[in-house]
Amino acid sequence: MTEYLLIIVSAVFVNNVVFARFLGICPYLGVSKKLDTALGMGFAVTFVMTISTAITYVLYYGILVPYKIEFMQTVMYILVIASLVQLVEIVLKKVSKSLYSALGIYLPLITTNCAILGVALLAIQEKYSLLLSVLFAFFSAVGFILAIVIFAGIRERLEDADIPKPFKNVPIGLISAAILSLAFMGFSGLVK
Amino acid sequence: MKESLNILTRGLVQENPVTKMLLGLCPVLAVTTSAVNGLGMGLATTFVLLGSNMVISLTSKLIPDTVRIPSFVLIIATFVTIVDMLIKAFSPELNQSLGIFIPLIVVNCIILGRAEAFASRSGLWYSMLDAIGMGAGFTLSLLLLSSIREILGAGTIFNMPLVGEDASTILVFALPPGAFASLGAIIALMNALEKKKGAAA
Repeated sequence: MTEYLLIIVSAVFVNNVVFARFLGICPYLGVSKKLDTALGMGFAVTFVMTISTAITYVLYYGILVPYKIEFMQTVMYILVIASLVQLVEIVLKKVSKSLYSALGIYLPLITTNCAILGVALLAIQEKYSLLLSVLFAFFSAVGFILAIVIFAGIRERLEDADIPKPFKNVPIGLISAAILSLAFMGFSGLVK
Repeated sequence: MKESLNILTRGLVQENPVTKMLLGLCPVLAVTTSAVNGLGMGLATTFVLLGSNMVISLTSKLIPDTVRIPSFVLIIATFVTIVDMLIKAFSPELNQSLGIFIPLIVVNCIILGRAEAFASRSGLWYSMLDAIGMGAGFTLSLLLLSSIREILGAGTIFNMPLVGEDASTILVFALPPGAFASLGAIIALMNALEKKKGAAA
């Protein structure tokens, strides 16, 4: 039980995907201008990240390891993620119109979100069990939502702030991210 | 000739993939804790970019438009696997410090971006020049950022000490917040310089 709890705290706070692992910086900077788009992206990431980690985990131990072709990991993972994103898009379109219209535009962007591939690779690297991997993926995504939502809130405030011209937009965003990441470092030490 | 030179050099400053186009920021922030890592990552990415640009430029006429992106991704993933194996074989230390960011070159938007925007509609020669130019620009930004972070954070450059052993260094530059702040400062500096140049011209 403690093991599960530690992974959750670690994935959300201590080793936050954005602030500590530097994964998914592109969407983090790209779609964090408004709070609702940030949330939409966050949910889409959660969805795909959890499913893709589970599938790649099964394929890794089911196909790559028995046939000793672990070097195909990168090629296979990216194929699985790309087709999974397409599949999710098609299924969502049929099953839930409202969910599709909410997440639809973010789905194609997710293929190139390195957090998805990164978390799937990390789960293998850390030698987690299947259940732990899925838990790890889900809560990493929660960490991503946390990061992007806080950041979107800050950016909405920054819109009206008087910022020196060269610092407008991305530079001030990065500086704010630095301060946020400094704050998140306060969590380190919670988990060894 | 002039065209070739233009394609080769524009990636360095004007269209620098990191400071201007803000592509591929994840590895930029993650691996730049030391100049060696920055340089290694830059060269690995340049190699993948060169390989994929060449193959894509040669095969783009054979690939149907509908499966364009998946084919590009597969070509890129192949070169990433080659780089991964090369680094594992020749420099286990670099492999250790770059970690999952080597396989993550696959999803570096610079590479797919150049494939889609340039290599798929240009000849072999121009695509090669473009890859070398963009790769050099990327490597340069990584080297700059990682040097700043290594000097301020550890007091060394390429693992050679710059200050005395008992000098205190600003550790935060070696940690994640330092990466965000340094990159923000570099981009702001580039913006300011460009504005000055624009005003003078």
